[in-house]
This record gives sequence, C-alpha cells and structure tokens, in this order.
Amino acid sequence: MTIDWVLILEKILLISGVLVISLVVAMYSTWGERKVAAIMQDRLGPNRAGWIGLLQPLADGGKLFFKEEIIPGSSNRFLFILGPSLAMMVACMTSAVIPWGDTLIIAGHTVSLQIADINIGMLYIFGVVSLGVYGIMLGGWASNNKYSLLASVRAASQIISYELAMGLSLIALVMLTGTLSLKEIVEQQRHGYWNFVYQPLGFVLFLICSFAECNRSPFDLPEAENELNGGYHLEYSSMKLGFYLFAEYINMFISSAVMASLYFGGYCFPFMDKLGLDHNLLTILGTAALFFKTICFIFFFMWVRWTIPRFRYDQLMRLGWNMMIPLALANMLLTGAAILWKQGH
Amino acid sequence: MGMSLQQIIFGVLSVISLVSALGVVLSKNPVTSVLCLIVTFFTIAGHYIMLNAQFLAVVHIIVYAGAIMVLFLFVIMLMNLNAEIEPQKRNWLKYAGAISGGAFLVVLLAALREASMPALLPGSNEIGLISNLGKTLFNQYVVPFEVSSILFLSAMVGAVVIGKKEN
Repeated sequence: MTIDWVLILEKILLISGVLVISLVVAMYSTWGERKVAAIMQDRLGPNRAGWIGLLQPLADGGKLFFKEEIIPGSSNRFLFILGPSLAMMVACMTSAVIPWGDTLIIAGHTVSLQIADINIGMLYIFGVVSLGVYGIMLGGWASNNKYSLLASVRAASQIISYELAMGLSLIALVMLTGTLSLKEIVEQQRHGYWNFVYQPLGFVLFLICSFAECNRSPFDLPEAENELNGGYHLEYSSMKLGFYLFAEYINMFISSAVMASLYFGGYCFPFMDKLGLDHNLLTILGTAALFFKTICFIFFFMWVRWTIPRFRYDQLMRLGWNMMIPLALANMLLTGAAILWKQGH
Repeated sequence: MGMSLQQIIFGVLSVISLVSALGVVLSKNPVTSVLCLIVTFFTIAGHYIMLNAQFLAVVHIIVYAGAIMVLFLFVIMLMNLNAEIEPQKRNWLKYAGAISGGAFLVVLLAALREASMPALLPGSNEIGLISNLGKTLFNQYVVPFEVSSILFLSAMVGAVVIGKKEN
C-alpha cells in the first residue's frame, strides 16, 4: 500500500489553515459582538487596544490565560477538564466537510479546498451537532453546583428538542437536492437558483434551530445569568472558561458557513461562470464570497442577540415541539408533493 | 512480517473497544460507565467505516452516542447516582454472573465454530454506501421497512400516552 505523501501534506496544510481561520474568525467575532452591541446601544465599544480596538481580542485572550485557575474541591476533576475540551473539539470538527471553495490548480495538481468530501456530509454535520451537548452537560454536572446542573439539564433538553426540527428541515433539502454531499449541494446551486428560493420555510426553521443549537440569544437559557448566575460555566475560570466562550463563537462561525453553503450558494456567486476569469482566481473569489456570506450571518446572530429578549423555558419548549416540528413536517410534505408534481405523477 | 494499514487500524480499534467495554462494566461511577459506553460506540462506528458502511457508522453515532446516551446521562445526573451510593453486590451474585457469562461464551463458541465466514464478493464493497442501501431498502425491502416504521410510530404514541398527565 503506497501512501500519497503529497495528498497527506496537502490535507494537513488545509486542516491547519481551516483551524487557524476558524480560531481567528471566532476571536474577531468577540470583538465584532462588542462593537455591534455598542453601535446598537449608541456607545463606542472597545477602542483603546489598537486601532478601533482591534487588539482587544488579544488582550482578552492574554487576560484569560493568566487568570488563576480554580478547580472546585468538590468537583469531579477529570470530567471538569473534559467538559470544555469536548466543547472546543466538537466545535472544530464540523469544518471538515464544508466546501470552503472550488479547486485550485497548482502546477498541474488539483487541490480541493474541502477537507473531506464524504458522500454523507450532511449526516456527519448532524452527528457532530448531536455530540455538542456533551461538553455542556459534563461540565455542568462535574462542577457539583446546583445552578450548573440546572443549566446543563436545560441545555440538554433544548438541544435534543431543536435537533428534531433541524433534522426534519434538512430532510426537505435532501429530498430537493437528492444528495447528502455538501460539495454537490453547492455545485447544484452554481447553475440554478440558490436553495433559499426553493426552501424558504426550511431555511427559516434551520436558522432558528441553529440559534438554539449554538445557545445564542434568544435561546441562551443554559447561561441565563440573572436566574442561574451564569449557568453551566459558573464554576469555570481562566482558559477553561475561555474555551467554553470560544467554542460558542466557533459554533456560530461554522453554522453560519453551513447555512451559507446549504441555502445561499456556498462559494458560488451570481454570474461567476460568465466573467471568463481564470479558474484559480475564480476559486479565490468564490472563497471570498463564502466568507462574506458567513460574516453576514454572524452579524445577523449578533443583531438578533441585541434585539430579541430571552425566551422563558416553557415558551422555548412550546416553540420547539408545538410549532417548529409541525412546520418542519408540513414543509417536508409540501416539498415531497411539489417534487412528485414536477415529475408528473 | 508486515501488517497492512487496515490490520493495524483494526487491531487498535478492537483494543480500544474491548478496554472501554470492560470499563462500562467495571467502573464504579455511573457517569464514567456512560462515557466508556460512548467510546465503545465510537470504536464500533470505526469498525463500520472499515467495512465501508459509512451510513451505518454515522447513524450509529447520531442515534446511540448523540441521542440515547444523552438521555442516559440526563437520568444519571438527575438522580445524582454516584460511586458512594452504589449498592454493594453480594459475592454469590458476582460468581453467578461470571459462571453464566462463561457458559454463554461456551455456547456462542460452539455455535459459531462451524460457521463459515465467506469473504465479501470483490464487487460488493460498495454495498454499505448510502445510495445502494436506500435503493435496497425502498425496492426490495419496502414492506418490512414501512411495517417497522409503523411499529416505531405506535411505540411513540404509547410513550406519549404513558407520559401524559391524567386529568
């Protein structure tokens, strides 16, 4: 069995690149969040460290690193450390199946800008999402604090409830595209309309579920500071707290990229094949388009956070089970009927 | 003697799955047991991937590691089970368990001793891929598939009826 060293080197470079970019985007999302909040509340926001506060994330990161690290005496030490590590790991795993761009041709060698084009990419995303709850659950339980436990129980039931509606809204998309590979879904949108046009309800449902899965406001009940003292990361300090906070921003970035790929054409942009540009240049422009769309979604996440107040717990459950799931089922039925009608049955 | 990459991966996966499966049974702390079980599920999913059954692997992770184990963990956390309040098992119970387990192993070995395990046909290594699986399920086995979905539906309705508060 010969090992293709060029391929391995290429994949290692790509994986490191995607990881570094995810971390940098997550870092600057914290800056972005504070700036967006400041603009919406008519303040200035961070503006001391560097030009318009651009060095603020570095200062925050450094501060978290050098803070004293406290592990509560009554906690389960191993699980206490495992919690944030799992949260961070799971957050970084989804990026493997996202097509970050088309192919680059370097010296006659075709390099794909997707780490793994597996034919079950969508199910992979779903699998990783379903594991996302462990970091919060274990961390909250291992802290041995009643508020943390309450928060982790909340998080688990919230994520399980919204996973169902998320899966159902994705099934309609799979029926429409006929594939589970993200690369193929994006390539289909290159020549036709974006999937958003065919699946408006499915997109809205998926968007709401992403908010819930990322624990973002208005679904941030697991960290409701005024009833749970900060929720599942109440006992955490130093960089372990940083990991939890950081994982949230990475999740936000990745789910924005997933939404852009599934519903808004991914790395495709209008008239891209009519420009007559060089293949490599087109790929780079496509990647830039994907990042532009992703950043728009991240802005939307922040915009909603500072606009809509948090749900109450019973409202959250009612929305999930009595509205999202029936709507997703109806969307699935409608999509199926439309496909059959188009096929002429 | 050189081992192929597949054999090395198979060996490593098997060792991890056996060790974590033992951990499920031997651990005193229920939360550790659940975590060991999750690791076991992951290694079994790895075995599925080695057999080129990617769909089965991912569904295994989504259903078992992602949903059922979360519920297990949920219950254990809410009941606050831990090593201290685990009931002490009597010695004869342990011996009975070991003997019946050993007897089961002997029966299993006797039954499988003569079983032939033909290697997969050379062209059939795509059989676990999702498009083949879907076509088989919805053409050849469509009636059993639909019947089992009705079974699931009735189980769901039953769970809701039991869980509903009586007015």
